[in-house]
Amino acid sequence: MAKTLFDKLWTDHEVAVLEDNVSLLYIDRIFLHERTGSIALESLASDDRVVRNPEKVFCTMDHIVDTHTGRTDETLVPGGKQFIQSTRAASKAAGIKLFDITDPWQGIAHVISPELGIVQPGCTLICPDSHTCSQGALGALAWGVGSSEAEHAMATNTLVVKRPNTMRVNFTGKLPSGLTAKDLILHLISKYGAAGGSGCAIEFAGEVVENLSIEARLTLCNMAVEFSAFTGLIAPDQKTIEYLQGKQYAPTGDKWLEANKYWATLSTDAGAVFDKEITIICDDLSPVVTWGTSPQHACGVTDNVPSIPFTVDANEKASYARAYQYMDLHAEQLIESLSIDAAFIGSCTNSRISDLREAAGILKGRKVAEGVNAICVPGSKEVKRMAEKEGLDKIFIDAGFEWREPGCSMCFFAGGENFGFRKRVISSTNRNFEGRQGPETRSHLASPITVAASAITGKITDPRKFL
Amino acid sequence: MKKLVTHQGVTAPLLRTNIDTDAIIPSREMKLVSKKGLGEGLFAGWRYTEAGGRTPNPDFILNKEAYKNTSILLSSKNFGCGSSREHAVWALAEYGIRVIIASSFGAIFYGNCTRNGILPVVLPDEVIVELAAQIEDPQKDKVTVDLAEKVVISVKGEKHPFIISKGCREMLLEGLDQIGVTMRQGADIVNFESLYSKRRSWLY
Repeated sequence: MAKTLFDKLWTDHEVAVLEDNVSLLYIDRIFLHERTGSIALESLASDDRVVRNPEKVFCTMDHIVDTHTGRTDETLVPGGKQFIQSTRAASKAAGIKLFDITDPWQGIAHVISPELGIVQPGCTLICPDSHTCSQGALGALAWGVGSSEAEHAMATNTLVVKRPNTMRVNFTGKLPSGLTAKDLILHLISKYGAAGGSGCAIEFAGEVVENLSIEARLTLCNMAVEFSAFTGLIAPDQKTIEYLQGKQYAPTGDKWLEANKYWATLSTDAGAVFDKEITIICDDLSPVVTWGTSPQHACGVTDNVPSIPFTVDANEKASYARAYQYMDLHAEQLIESLSIDAAFIGSCTNSRISDLREAAGILKGRKVAEGVNAICVPGSKEVKRMAEKEGLDKIFIDAGFEWREPGCSMCFFAGGENFGFRKRVISSTNRNFEGRQGPETRSHLASPITVAASAITGKITDPRKFL
Repeated sequence: MKKLVTHQGVTAPLLRTNIDTDAIIPSREMKLVSKKGLGEGLFAGWRYTEAGGRTPNPDFILNKEAYKNTSILLSSKNFGCGSSREHAVWALAEYGIRVIIASSFGAIFYGNCTRNGILPVVLPDEVIVELAAQIEDPQKDKVTVDLAEKVVISVKGEKHPFIISKGCREMLLEGLDQIGVTMRQGADIVNFESLYSKRRSWLY
């Protein structure tokens, strides 16, 4: 019978079928970070349980670590130092690899795991972080879990998982200039709603996806969770193999060849059936930006803020009304008329070297508008090193951006650094929820080039004006 | 884990779509390396008048006298979407929430509920709106949830069946620790691993 890529990955890891549609799955890799990993490790230890296979568990400092130059364990997040130090102690006690603050490979989990070849096609990988779905971009089954599930995986190398429905999203046609993977995923979510992929394992396919770089694919899969999906995944291809070759944790020698042979089988068979299938024709799309407080509140950057659609129910209407009020804007207002107080490039969505190169392409020889607080936070030490080697740091700094140390930084407000009360931010991150980036801060999500273009003009701006 | 067999309680409607875990507990309220001490931070952005403050916002439903001791929440589509933070569930549990009825849930949040003694119930939006409409005096008009029978009983006594997996149901009914349950399958895991490690040797 013809199988989907997801079916193949699921079956390969099935230790036992527990009931209809619920299986015990084998977990190949576990990633932790100091925000939730610390609690999982401590709780496991206090229950007198051990990490079953410490070589398969990795941990990083990304969520609350400071991102200023010359940083230490100190952080502006209340109690943050305790998270950092207890993660360090718990990682050591459990015997797991920690990418600590001073480690040359430290960075955001979903940036460093692919960068180091920890995630590989065909493997299962979990992390107590919702954006773990990013890593499905390499053809892995990777998904975010809670702390208790992370404990379960560490103690048993398995998880009890309800089999998700399958969906395929085909991006067809040609991606217009000025559009990125970020625009594709925001467009999908705005069209089908933030619950549009509810509980599904979504395979992204079509010629547009095939033509995306691995980094752009990571961006696409990153926001599958904002579509309420179980995860996103993309069939590995020659690009995936070239990307992984020579990475620190990638197989070598005969094992590399053996792995390559298996990875070549990891695609959806012709004729395989998905529970749902969506096709998006990309030829006429515009760059996308969010206007409200859910990733589904998005529209073309040159559009007006949408009115409440006639077709939605009372609950959805309430969400629209609340979003207009919170964002201090009104229906039919021109998006490009909105002035910004801050611009942010970073996060597991858009902080990789290709993101920084594209943004720098717009910023080169230009200046950030007066009064705009502009910050760039590379996703990892390796991204930062590469960028500095290419001189991108100078372009950002000369334009008026701050150039920081790697971490999640101001993607979210944890009681420390933030963009300020009711400030309007254009951001390359993934969530525009109420209060996400600061007290009553108003976040607009967009691609790194839209953020760069907006930083220059001081208003939300179509990046195509600068291409 | 706290068992849940049947539950009757004060029921508060939060009938809005896409209530995310940042709203359920803002990151700034997660101050300790602990699963405890989070109840106070529940819905902090809506519940208090300012970020980090503790002055109750009188307009927020759970601050109203009529909704004192709320233990059942009614919501809409995609409740608990967003961040995987289990703190959202720890905060709800500590506050005293035992049941959440919504038309769909964020997948990670759903799993976190069942591991912490909170029952997530999926019912259609129109049923939830009707459940809410039948509540005139929240302190008296209580919704009942019977997990043994897998039904929600409205104030007027109408029964609405719901679906939950056998495993999740048993875990809640008996207050089981899932790690302990899985560890009983240790031999299956070892057997699987011995074959798998040969088949996918490069992952070892």
